Amino acid sequence: MNTNPETTSPCRRFYGHGIPGVQLQEITGRLIVVEGADGSGRSTQIARLVDWLETGGHPTVQVGLKRSTLVSSELEQAQEGNILSRTTLSLFYATDFADQLENIILPALKAGFIVLADRYIYTLMARDMVRGMDEAWLKNLYGIAPEPDAVFYLSVEPEELVQRNLAKNATLDFWESGMDLGLSRDMFDSFIKYQTAIQDVFRRLQKNYDFDIVDANRSMDSVTKELRKKIGALLDEK
Amino acid sequence: MKTFAELNFPGRLIAVEGLDGSGKSTQIYLLKRWLEAEGIKVYFSEWNSSELVKSATSKGKKRELLTPTTFSLIHATDFADRYERHLLPLLRAGYVVLCDRYIFTAFARDVVRGCPPEWVRGIYNFAAQPDLTIFFKADLEVSLNRILEGRPKLKFFEAGMDLGLSGDPYESFRIFQGRILEQYMAMSGEFNFVVMDANLHVEKQQVLVRKLVGERIDLKRFKRRSPLPLPPSSPPDDKRTEMEEDAAA
Repeated sequence: MNTNPETTSPCRRFYGHGIPGVQLQEITGRLIVVEGADGSGRSTQIARLVDWLETGGHPTVQVGLKRSTLVSSELEQAQEGNILSRTTLSLFYATDFADQLENIILPALKAGFIVLADRYIYTLMARDMVRGMDEAWLKNLYGIAPEPDAVFYLSVEPEELVQRNLAKNATLDFWESGMDLGLSRDMFDSFIKYQTAIQDVFRRLQKNYDFDIVDANRSMDSVTKELRKKIGALLDEK
Repeated sequence: MKTFAELNFPGRLIAVEGLDGSGKSTQIYLLKRWLEAEGIKVYFSEWNSSELVKSATSKGKKRELLTPTTFSLIHATDFADRYERHLLPLLRAGYVVLCDRYIFTAFARDVVRGCPPEWVRGIYNFAAQPDLTIFFKADLEVSLNRILEGRPKLKFFEAGMDLGLSGDPYESFRIFQGRILEQYMAMSGEFNFVVMDANLHVEKQQVLVRKLVGERIDLKRFKRRSPLPLPPSSPPDDKRTEMEEDAAA
């Protein structure tokens, strides 16, 4: 397949079959993923990392879910109406991911940029697994994804997440509460149950996909410090 | 891979496959007209026709944004939407579902575009096998002529121009369709295709298609039963006809 043990390029391999015609040997940039629920401090940490990296002379590019030219608006529309069934929604998200992968992530990595991904395939897989989709099917589907150089999962206790989300928006998001699952008619309860289930899946995924679980119950600053330290070490490896 | 009959669905699914211009759409349309006239509960579904996904697909095609991977995924999204929202419920309700192209189109096209066959097949593994798949096999020249009769110009993706096989759309189409045909033929046995000679006269083919469907499917089991279940308070007959038409539409 596309794996080549001889090469020392940082982005070593695809998780599965990869993308037709793409050789990872050409890649000189770094792919860094930050995962975590809404309220885990993901966006703040990414903004801080971009500042820090750019100040340090590293060109960076940011990507995130539902941001592709190809399907983002259609996906948004579908989600608002909650009309798509599971497999369809899953494939729609995969299309969005693939579009950004081929048009933004891979070209940027080839150009030597640091790509900061605000969530990656793990969130997409976890959401689907909680909803009963087959893990092997998802694994095959996302075999198009290159293995990142580092994945940080910002882990926050559901009870703390609920506080942060309410403090920020005074309401809980329908999807982040897993309201489509019918876990509870009470949104607060549903949020806690859903986020707990998602965290369980993340811990399961961690065994196969090797990522760093960062305790993000702490202050923003101490999380930033830890991320900088780890990313700094990664960049020094060059 | 099991058929809908093997999975104990009350309904049956018939798929037609073939190259662009093989005449399969005309044949399945005539089959639908016949089944409707016979009073069969019938539903027709076309490849790449889900409303929601369509706007993304046409945007992608128009602006030539699609890569082999996104081309494959967006068609899979379209298929999943139709499969989960239309095909499955209708098959549960005992319909004869007619599909103009099914997953085999993806198996052939996406692989010719360079997607790994196991990846493509894995994505579609939620779909059951049709109870009958008819493959319309026409000579390449015949297909090419049929396409050119209707339209002045070959479309970019239809001609496989994204593959860079040739700068000339006609030459590219020829090579691309030739490769797709090879893929179809390679899977023909595995998925029990019934191969129809699509070089035959249109009417003659339809006679063969109807005969085949009649032999393979016990059509009287799929007749629309009257009266349709109505809420107890509804007025009788005149209203019923209207509802039946709605259901068939």
